[in-house]
Amino acid sequence: MSAEGTAKPDSAVVRDALGVGVAVGLSGFAFGVTSAGSGLGLLQTCALSLLVFTGASQFALVGALAAGGSPFTAAAGAFFLGVRNAFYGLRLSQLLALPRVLRPLAAQWVIDETTAVTLAQPTRRAARIGFTVTGLSLYLLWNLTTLLGALGAQAIGDTDAWGLDAAGPAVFLALLAPMLKTRTERAVAGLAVVLGLGLLPVLPAGVPVLVAALAAPVALFVQSRRLGPARRTAPDATEEGR
Amino acid sequence: MNTWTAIGLTVLGCYAVKLAGLLVPAGAMERPLVRRLAALLPVALLAALTAQQTFADGHALALDARAAGLGAAALALVLRAPFLLVVAAAVVVTAGVRALGG
Repeated sequence: MSAEGTAKPDSAVVRDALGVGVAVGLSGFAFGVTSAGSGLGLLQTCALSLLVFTGASQFALVGALAAGGSPFTAAAGAFFLGVRNAFYGLRLSQLLALPRVLRPLAAQWVIDETTAVTLAQPTRRAARIGFTVTGLSLYLLWNLTTLLGALGAQAIGDTDAWGLDAAGPAVFLALLAPMLKTRTERAVAGLAVVLGLGLLPVLPAGVPVLVAALAAPVALFVQSRRLGPARRTAPDATEEGR
Repeated sequence: MNTWTAIGLTVLGCYAVKLAGLLVPAGAMERPLVRRLAALLPVALLAALTAQQTFADGHALALDARAAGLGAAALALVLRAPFLLVVAAAVVVTAGVRALGG
């Protein structure tokens, strides 16, 4: 974001927000195609984009169902991916200071992209505009392109012949790449890949992904063991952050 | 019916966590360990999902056109291509390799 300062013009906020909303909103097309290609109906595909509205969880759910996972393991994987939105909400509720009656409505828009735009704004007014414009443009476009993608997939029939089964993993990789900042993240990703692929032949569909999620607490445990002695000398370390 | 069950559970679960973030007082979830875990959980899930949807064929592992597609997506990411171009690269390369009999 180039224009940092106390008084960012509203038009600049709207432009930034629309840039993100339109670019990511268009990728609903990839979801519509993937979902229809995974065997979900038009109504089911559109219901996911309208009511779940958090891309990674939607892709994970249709992928798990296509692989033959039970509805419970499939939903669990999608749910765990959505948990990060709760932590976005914590940051946003302080920045936006929304009235209580608006929170149930605003909640549906608490996702990666709206959070990124909102956190980048210098003032509360800019944050509110950024959140609303990103949320609205992304919600409308994501649902429109989901519908078009699902209709398109039905029209062309065999989506695999068009390479469209590669859209899902490419979306995951694009979401994952910016998260791999330190050695810890890379170690977690590497361990998760080994667990996810290694357990594939022996566990029911959908379960290996859930086991792979354990790479996160394992990495934290290993890290805390390594930092252990330092923490013991400073027992109040956890309180300092308050 | 199974599909609708999965959709219903996902809708409820994903909305509940979004709303929880806006309603819960900040202190409750702001413990450093919880925050670190929440940041690492998507890393583990996305990595496992990427690998599975690229190399899994049912319960077996397979090396096919999708691997080439994912390689193209990785290259596009390294070149800082926009999101849609990354996905398009994977789709086009996968389709191309498949058309060539890969």
